[in-house]
Amino acid sequence: MTATRILVGTRKGAFILTSDGKRKKWSIDGPHFGGWEIYHAKGSPVDPDRIYVSQSSSWFGQIIQRSDDGGQSWSQPGSDGDTAPAESGGMPQGESNKFLYDTSEETGKPLTTHQWYDGTQHPWEFARVWHLEPSLDDPDTCYAGVEDAALFRTTDGGVTWHELAGLRGHASGPDWMPGAGGMCLHTIVLDPENRDRIFCAISAAGAFRSDDGGRNWIPINQGLHSEYIPDPTAAVGHCVHRIAIHPSNPNTLFMQKHWDVMRSDDGGDSWREVSGNLPSDFGFPIAVHAHDPETIYVVPILSDSLHYPPDGKLRVYRSRSGGEDWEPLTKGLPQEHCYVNVLRDAMAVDAGDPCGVYFGTTGGQVYASSDSGDSWATIVRDLPAVLSVEAQTIP
Amino acid sequence: MIRVVLPHHLQTLAGCEREVMIEPAGSVTQRTVLDALETRYPMLRGTVREHVTLKRRPRVRFFADGEDVTHESPDAALPDSIASGDQPFMIVGAIAGG
Repeated sequence: MTATRILVGTRKGAFILTSDGKRKKWSIDGPHFGGWEIYHAKGSPVDPDRIYVSQSSSWFGQIIQRSDDGGQSWSQPGSDGDTAPAESGGMPQGESNKFLYDTSEETGKPLTTHQWYDGTQHPWEFARVWHLEPSLDDPDTCYAGVEDAALFRTTDGGVTWHELAGLRGHASGPDWMPGAGGMCLHTIVLDPENRDRIFCAISAAGAFRSDDGGRNWIPINQGLHSEYIPDPTAAVGHCVHRIAIHPSNPNTLFMQKHWDVMRSDDGGDSWREVSGNLPSDFGFPIAVHAHDPETIYVVPILSDSLHYPPDGKLRVYRSRSGGEDWEPLTKGLPQEHCYVNVLRDAMAVDAGDPCGVYFGTTGGQVYASSDSGDSWATIVRDLPAVLSVEAQTIP
Repeated sequence: MIRVVLPHHLQTLAGCEREVMIEPAGSVTQRTVLDALETRYPMLRGTVREHVTLKRRPRVRFFADGEDVTHESPDAALPDSIASGDQPFMIVGAIAGG
């Protein structure tokens, strides 16, 4: 019997929701790291019990937590004798939260400036880790997307982190600008067919691709159109909210942009809009069905000014044709007086059959569907505002 | 021994009580107190002051025997009452609402 584990990051801690393969009854464990902001928690595809967590606070900064037992216990890698790096002679280093931009001559790039909200230039400053993406092959390797936008990687289980500086150092960096949440690298997609290919998305710079394992990057924003920048079709400056792929077809990418749902069938070289009949094409998350590469999910939000669903109805929209034609999924979701938001990392699918779909809201509800979105049930309804949701199917 | 009082969130990180005892090396200053604290509790590195620069994080304050010493030099001697262990050195998260 398989188990399903949902990792939920909130404004005030992490929660772990578990169920069996039927996904009808859930146990709720938490809060872990109570009172801290948990921007993201994600398990290794190779070892589901290896979980990385980004824990942060405006007071005490960034913390990385790691579990090797599915969330039963946690440690800050390298902060105790058991996880101290060998080269330290067993002495704890306490550097798992050390995210230093790499400015070295050998591998780094100079620290430059980026656009501030008012168009002036502003220095690059580390704020927090928004997203953790464990390697597809190695539990000790994990990528971290941070604010101010940069990509880091650990190869020692989170004990130390090193910047892949080619992205931050891209020549277009001074044209990047923060979105409402800060200038964050929030999406990291690893190509399961080509280990050298990585996709990232930054608000508000756009989407980028590396074809050499993260050393060099190119903007992949051709076809995006954004009215909120002086040149709506500029190479960078687009507020991409989220990118998703299906592992069987990594050349096709789906994007929820600030406005517009987009699709690329050439690895991001070009994009076309597939918003179709959505009631609003503004939103944050986008997810792909685990077993059907052409079935995708979004949660329309009324606008960037209002940040709540149209008509007070919480509706997931599903397209079975890879976009353009969308159907509302409402069974089990509130259809009146609902004014929550669903943030970019707060939707996920599991690998069960039928595919499970999950999302969390800024109102603290976590909804689950065990039938590919046809119907929904509330797993828990009064958590702190949900920042992230990840699903694990455990054999 | 020096007494150091930690805010709630740092207690949970370090897995310690509200007040801990440490032994700074040499004279008792903010720097030697924090060095000793981070040596004993490596998981607190980067939470009170930045890695590398060792600058105090903006929303952290230091109180010593009723005085706000947040903006004193990190190398200035702390009051005798701290050095003697009569009073604790207090690390405080700034009140910022919410």
